[in-house]
Amino acid sequence: MNDIRLAGKESEPPPRDDRTRAPVLRAVAVSKRFGHVSALREVTLEVAPGEVLALMGDNGAGKSTLVKILSGAQQPDEGQLYLGDEPITLGSPHAARVLGIETVYQDLALADDLSAAANLFLGREHVRRGPLGRLGVLDVKRMRREAEAEIDNLGAHVPDYRSPVRMFSGGQRQSVAIARAAIWARHVIIMDEPTAALGLVQTEQVAQLIKRTRDRGIAVIVVSHSVPFVFDVADRIAVLRLGTTSAVLSPKTATHDDIVAAITGASVRTAAAR
Amino acid sequence: MTTPLVVDHTDAPAGEPTRGRMRQVLTTLTGNWVFLALIVLIVVFTVDSGSTFFAVSNFRNILLNASDTMLLAVGSAYLIIGGQLDLSIGSVLVFSQVIGAKVVVAVSGTPVGGVFPHALLGIAAGIVASVVVGAAWGLLNGVLVTRLRIPSFIVTLGTLGMALGLAQVITAGRDVTGLPPQIATGLGFRQVLGLPLPVWVALVVALIAGLFLAKTRFGRYTYAVGSNSEAARRSGIRVNRQAVILFVIMGALAGLAGVLDLARFTTTSVSGHSADNLVAIAAVIIGGASLFGGRGTIFGAAIGVLIPAVLNNGLVIVGVQPFWQTVAIGAILIVAVTFDHIKRTQLLRA
Repeated sequence: MNDIRLAGKESEPPPRDDRTRAPVLRAVAVSKRFGHVSALREVTLEVAPGEVLALMGDNGAGKSTLVKILSGAQQPDEGQLYLGDEPITLGSPHAARVLGIETVYQDLALADDLSAAANLFLGREHVRRGPLGRLGVLDVKRMRREAEAEIDNLGAHVPDYRSPVRMFSGGQRQSVAIARAAIWARHVIIMDEPTAALGLVQTEQVAQLIKRTRDRGIAVIVVSHSVPFVFDVADRIAVLRLGTTSAVLSPKTATHDDIVAAITGASVRTAAAR
Repeated sequence: MTTPLVVDHTDAPAGEPTRGRMRQVLTTLTGNWVFLALIVLIVVFTVDSGSTFFAVSNFRNILLNASDTMLLAVGSAYLIIGGQLDLSIGSVLVFSQVIGAKVVVAVSGTPVGGVFPHALLGIAAGIVASVVVGAAWGLLNGVLVTRLRIPSFIVTLGTLGMALGLAQVITAGRDVTGLPPQIATGLGFRQVLGLPLPVWVALVVALIAGLFLAKTRFGRYTYAVGSNSEAARRSGIRVNRQAVILFVIMGALAGLAGVLDLARFTTTSVSGHSADNLVAIAAVIIGGASLFGGRGTIFGAAIGVLIPAVLNNGLVIVGVQPFWQTVAIGAILIVAVTFDHIKRTQLLRA
């Protein structure tokens, strides 16, 4: 499994539209109903190592449901998920994380009173060696050191590793959340609208973080409403509409209008045909 | 504060560390503000009353009177930092103490010529019984809060009434007496290295609890759960389990405080602990904890315990009506929370 990450560690970005790569995560004919409402209808989707897949669609198109299913927060009524060739069942977000699938939630999910380092290692703390470690005594220095190294490695900026992240700006907090996912993800990172509340510069920083993560050979699934952002980071764009995949587009060939058309349902066929 | 957006970005690398340091200083200052208040109190009373106040025997007295509250405040600090609240601690203390006293009396046997045949065994059994019974109430609180998803404020308001009522039912409203005197001589007033044993118990518990909270994974999870329980859950932390453990610790400490109280007075005091919950919560909040969870220290809580204790003692010595103490603590609580609020809004403005 590690070779997936190694394969992508080569500095050259993975070739776009390279369909020969085996997908690392696949959702096949996934359906989800809430009462009488079909949130997802037989959606099939895949993402390869070192690929950025953007998920777009109007509100209520099924993006959130799909993200929840991929991250283990909800279970599909029908359909199957595969990690590589293995069929998997994600009973909880924790189960997904154990399998190397990390999620950056829209509401960040940081513990605001803890430091950046403490947040990066939340739930996966290092303890000291020896009897102190058996008592659960934390190796704070080691965690801070590793947190700094990993965040530097990602090119993210965290002003201070001791202060609670409550003190950080929105962009800095987003950096911590993404860095946390990037550090632990072995296969896939799912990001739910990572730029929703960010300014221009910070959005650009998030784009950089996504590209660096991709270059490490991780598959990135990013939900976004921002067409320019998606054109910037994505290798493929999957558009959901009314619970089904209405189009899968390449940012190389598709235009802004194609995406809008696919999202709104106007002349879907022409958009998909390009 | 209203820096333009562009300046904010270009400034970020250079500007952030200094701003961070300023905040750190601010945090340290306000964090130690209560510590300074304690020092000021001690100085004022010393200047006024000299060696009547500033004497080893008097400090010993202050600490002995604060030892119960210290145990309760340690448990409350864990709970409050973990985002919970326990109003039932005074009642649980009383209930545990009643059971403890009953066990001591039952096991110690009938006194022959004023000598209880199994006094030591009885006292040991009473201590264990009191702590275990307290922990059981804590377990009940924790299970109700996590399983029924009722806010801990409500659950413990309910168990407050239940524990006190049951204690009154068991004792028929009369305090349990007739305990072997060894419980006072050997425990309640036993001096070890110049300090009464209850003080040592409170100090050691506070020290261990403080280190555990600051240094261990368990402590970190307590902060995480209180700070953002959803984030903690997504990180794989067993949030409910953590809450139940915190309530059990609280209950066990209330039981321990109950039996130490019993040892000092050789009688239960069924009606004497109705304000313990508020005193303990006030101590934790004065010590810099947030009632919303995620922030606070055992050191702060200990200072928050000592301020009322010193004030009470000092006012008596100075000759002011001790009722003023209640007024002063109320004022200190409000000032402390106001400071906390100011600090919080300043941080959020960043």
